[in-house]
Amino acid sequence: MNVPLLHAEGVAKSFSGVPALSNGRLTLERGSVHALCGGNGAGKSTFLNVVMGLLRRDAGTIQIDGHDVDFASPSQALASGLAIITQELSPIRGMTVAENIFLHREPRRGGFVVNYRRLNEQAQDLLARLRFKVDPRARMSELSLAQTQLVEIAKAISLDSQILIMDEPTSAIGEAETDILFDAIRNLTSTGTGVIYVSHRLTEVFQIADRYTVLRDGAFVETGAIKDIDRHHMVKLIVGRELSDEFETREPVATKGAVLLELEGLGRAGEFANVSLSVRRGEILGIFGLMGSGRSELLSALYGLTRPENGHMRLDGKPVQFTSTREAISAGLAMVTEDRKSTGIFPAASVQSNISISDLREMSRAAVINRPRERRLVREMMDRFRIKAASPEVSISSLSGGNQQKVVFSRCLTTRPRLLLCDEPTRGVDVGAKREVHEFLAAFASSGGAAIVVSSEIPEILAISDRIVVLRKGQIAATVPGHEATQEQLLHLAS
Amino acid sequence: MSDPTPAPPAAAALVAAPPRIQVTRLLSRYGIIVVFLVLCVALTLANEFFLTWGNWANVLRQTSINGILAIGMTFVILCGGIDLSVGSLLAISGMVAGSLVTGIHAHNPVIAILAGVLTGTVLGSINGLLVARLSVPPFVATLGMLSVGRGLTFIYSDGMPIPNLSMGFRYIGQGDLLRIPMPVVMLLAVFGICYFVLTYTTYGRYVYAVGGSEKSAKTSGISTRLITFSVYMISGALAGLAGQILAARTTSALPQAGISYELDAIAAVVIGGTSLQQGGVGSLVGTLFGALIIGVINNGLDLMGVSSYYQQVIKGIIIVAAVLLDAFTRKRQQ
Repeated sequence: MNVPLLHAEGVAKSFSGVPALSNGRLTLERGSVHALCGGNGAGKSTFLNVVMGLLRRDAGTIQIDGHDVDFASPSQALASGLAIITQELSPIRGMTVAENIFLHREPRRGGFVVNYRRLNEQAQDLLARLRFKVDPRARMSELSLAQTQLVEIAKAISLDSQILIMDEPTSAIGEAETDILFDAIRNLTSTGTGVIYVSHRLTEVFQIADRYTVLRDGAFVETGAIKDIDRHHMVKLIVGRELSDEFETREPVATKGAVLLELEGLGRAGEFANVSLSVRRGEILGIFGLMGSGRSELLSALYGLTRPENGHMRLDGKPVQFTSTREAISAGLAMVTEDRKSTGIFPAASVQSNISISDLREMSRAAVINRPRERRLVREMMDRFRIKAASPEVSISSLSGGNQQKVVFSRCLTTRPRLLLCDEPTRGVDVGAKREVHEFLAAFASSGGAAIVVSSEIPEILAISDRIVVLRKGQIAATVPGHEATQEQLLHLAS
Repeated sequence: MSDPTPAPPAAAALVAAPPRIQVTRLLSRYGIIVVFLVLCVALTLANEFFLTWGNWANVLRQTSINGILAIGMTFVILCGGIDLSVGSLLAISGMVAGSLVTGIHAHNPVIAILAGVLTGTVLGSINGLLVARLSVPPFVATLGMLSVGRGLTFIYSDGMPIPNLSMGFRYIGQGDLLRIPMPVVMLLAVFGICYFVLTYTTYGRYVYAVGGSEKSAKTSGISTRLITFSVYMISGALAGLAGQILAARTTSALPQAGISYELDAIAAVVIGGTSLQQGGVGSLVGTLFGALIIGVINNGLDLMGVSSYYQQVIKGIIIVAAVLLDAFTRKRQQ
């Protein structure tokens, strides 16, 4: 078995003359998990898209089993035993879980009548074998983001391909599900499958991967065995300069301000119940919970996306009840949502429009937008968050995930909020941008604001929170001080 | 982040991008204008009468009604919806105005026109309520209104046309302002106002935002329901206005006026590059040229004496070809 499963070298790709990838290189061995690491914009996605045939390369060679390949479409790649779980989930929402998993491969009767009973059985078997808790008969539209991701993973695994590419497979799922996923990956590699694993979460990389390859600025940097490298060195390779560790524990603000937000017995049927908590100015409150714990639903209710059915909410001592997000924003709230693609950004619009949209009313007289003022604000925000974009006019879709997230943060800041609600604020964001987000949150708190941060990444929540509220099945299980809590404690409380 | 970040090489490369890219960008952005000009040149060569002021006044007069409908349709499609009812709203609005300017108690034409436009606005608002408040899919809601509006027109008129509309009323269809036919003046005025609203006001930006991603718009604090409601109201109002012009031009309000006009309006919007698949993408300039292309095709084929049976086939092919060409330039640009 000297011939590697996959070997790529010198892969290059430019978009309208701008190189996104100049030297992509990776060698995947049978039965191994190979971590592909790099910051946002390092060229990972471009590289994988070329490998999968979604993009045609400008230069370089790709070999599978020692044979040169040049896929013109993902279906060709699939036929050659390559499957991918992409970062952007694309389920067919009206179909059931089973139909999605076996799309185009449905068991049939007489050649063209779908055998639904067998379809559901097969899906049931697959999900049970992987220990994914998803009902094969449920419609995709009923699933949470985490469950949707599990289905996409199950679908890719069910293809029985010899090479499986996983692009941020854990970005939407919690720690418990991640462990289940890792078991599934180990089962796969024991049968000889090679896995290319892409994740910004270094803890996971060190847990699951055998080898690593680092890309930076579109070019190959280093490859080697995971056991020969430590976390510190990895961070340095990815960022290209010294950075202490992934997370720096935040210095809590010495004297907390007055109570900003107070919840008393807040509840909404089927989502969360009897939630009482308070947040002071200068404080970052972490909320931790497994999927289905009601963490996102709670934030949605605070922000006026849904209405709480029981209990009271007070802001600066005054009772409030938001019937729309606009009211919440005028009261000084802002929210960074969990699913950036569908509830955060306007994918077809420019960076400028994406930043200014919440504050346009302020920047206009008699509904006519003061464009110079808009441009000034956008420039200011782009400088402040160090958003890497050729110009404010480029489409936001051309930006990397980290930069898109910074655009979302910029927009939140334009309305000068006092309370920031963040749902998975660093999902799909690289180490450098993550750190910037954390620094921003800390600065926001110490300047007199307050933030509520939901995160399923325990190290993150431990590092940035003053206090952590643990949610379990819609109720508060415990409130613990941020710097005293441990991973085990949080997981124990949450499950 | 103590040490300064070096300028990313990608950004530097973008700044130094060769000007050639700008050309393809311009072409893909204004490709529709190129298509229009090519058509005009071809028709000028094919028929010496095409490029005369008399003929152009005719083309523009014919385009004005579809143009005004298409402008309203652009708001709706940008917002991620569709309005199939414009042809019926045009008919009932014309009928209401027609009934007010004839007979013994004929009203002032201005009042009649306002009443006609108001009729379109009210019925358009019902579309808006159905879609925004009751979450009826736009296709279904406006399909219902297409039928209801047409039926109401026949009930109101008892199936009979209202002929001999007053001179004052006819002015907006047959008169001139500074040698420019009134329908064209109306089209340009509507275009100017709507262009300004879509491009320079917060409202315009919200229309694009709601069409681009309704959920993101909600997160950003936009009253998505209000915006969705309003675009159907605008479309209804403009259909009402188009109804006045058509009735004035033909000197009579016809119960069967405007049948299938919604299709030409949608065609103009789509030819103009506003996406039916994804809301929030498109422009009013494109729509104007889309309407002009349809007008020029109709006129050119008439001039060349092509039978109306063939005209439909040719028009259909040109519409699809124009959109294909546009999609092709966009793809190459990527």
